[in-house]
Amino acid sequence: MKELWKLFVTFSRIGALTFGGGYAMLPMIQREIVEKNRWATEEEVMDYYAIGQCTPGIIAVNTATFIGFRQRGIPGAIAATMGMVFPSLIIISIIAMSFKEFQDIAIVRHAFGGIRVAVAALIANTVLKLLRGSVKDRLGIFIASLSFISVALFKLSPIFAVVASAALGIISKTVRKSEN
Amino acid sequence: MIYLQLFFEFFKTGLFAIGGGLATLPFLQNISEKYGWFSSRELVDMIAVSESTPGPIGINMATYAGYKTANLPGAIIAVIGEVAPSIIIIVLIAHYYMKFNEHPKVAAAFYGVRPAVAGLIGAAGFEVAKVALFNINKYLSTKNVLDIFDVKSLLLFAFILISSNKYKKHPVLFLLAAAAIGIIFKY
Repeated sequence: MKELWKLFVTFSRIGALTFGGGYAMLPMIQREIVEKNRWATEEEVMDYYAIGQCTPGIIAVNTATFIGFRQRGIPGAIAATMGMVFPSLIIISIIAMSFKEFQDIAIVRHAFGGIRVAVAALIANTVLKLLRGSVKDRLGIFIASLSFISVALFKLSPIFAVVASAALGIISKTVRKSEN
Repeated sequence: MIYLQLFFEFFKTGLFAIGGGLATLPFLQNISEKYGWFSSRELVDMIAVSESTPGPIGINMATYAGYKTANLPGAIIAVIGEVAPSIIIIVLIAHYYMKFNEHPKVAAAFYGVRPAVAGLIGAAGFEVAKVALFNINKYLSTKNVLDIFDVKSLLLFAFILISSNKYKKHPVLFLLAAAAIGIIFKY
């Protein structure tokens, strides 16, 4: 029980002190998990991260689940994950609760008018980065455009694009292998 | 039963959103269109808040969306729904197959999924742009094509896009700058 509580508290601290998930969280995980608690070696953490990236879900949550499970089985996995999401639940709920009262104030309205534009720009930047990193051939262009069209124009669920593109990836690799 | 629906929708999001960060955004947009629990404008505000507060962005957005839908119980259920697939999948992998990410089939699937994620986030960005950059409503009332374009917003968009590309600073800084510009120039 003490161990579970420690997992919860440690991951709460990681969740509360890092902005943005993914790689932004890595230094903090290394300090808390590798150096302070010795729950995993640095190589293990990198392995968990690699797996967390190619499994569904939030990368930070996947990594927390992994470390928790290694420590204390399924209860450990749950304790670590609950710890990771706990600060978000508190902080965001308070903001969502109070946002209604602020949103009609003129200054807040103008601020968010600008912020929304910045959000659009930051997403555009993310998409450009992802395109540069992941679209390497004609199949990539085809998959990226079709995913965009299926959701932006035809309003299909993104699930179709994810499942179909995974299948296309496997088929094309298998075909290329048998051609060689 | 809204809690059950909420759980199910966020479970699906957690199960199919791959790639972290903004990967859940297209799913949240899909939920907004399907159920109207939150508007696309609220969704854009959610992204801004989630990027500027501690914690994983995906979890922050799930909390906000769940809260908008059904207050605190909604927030808790949305988050549990979103992390449940992770817990199940990671426990299975940790238990049975540590070398999951090195399997050739997984690598092949990812070769296909990565460009799809770019396209999906692009589609989500398209919806955000509709809210943030264009005056669709003004156009619908005046029928003047020029009214679609909001010059002030497009200028700020170009400015943030170029500077965030050039200076790899934390997103919060750009959001703060945009807030200041928004207040000064009355966006």
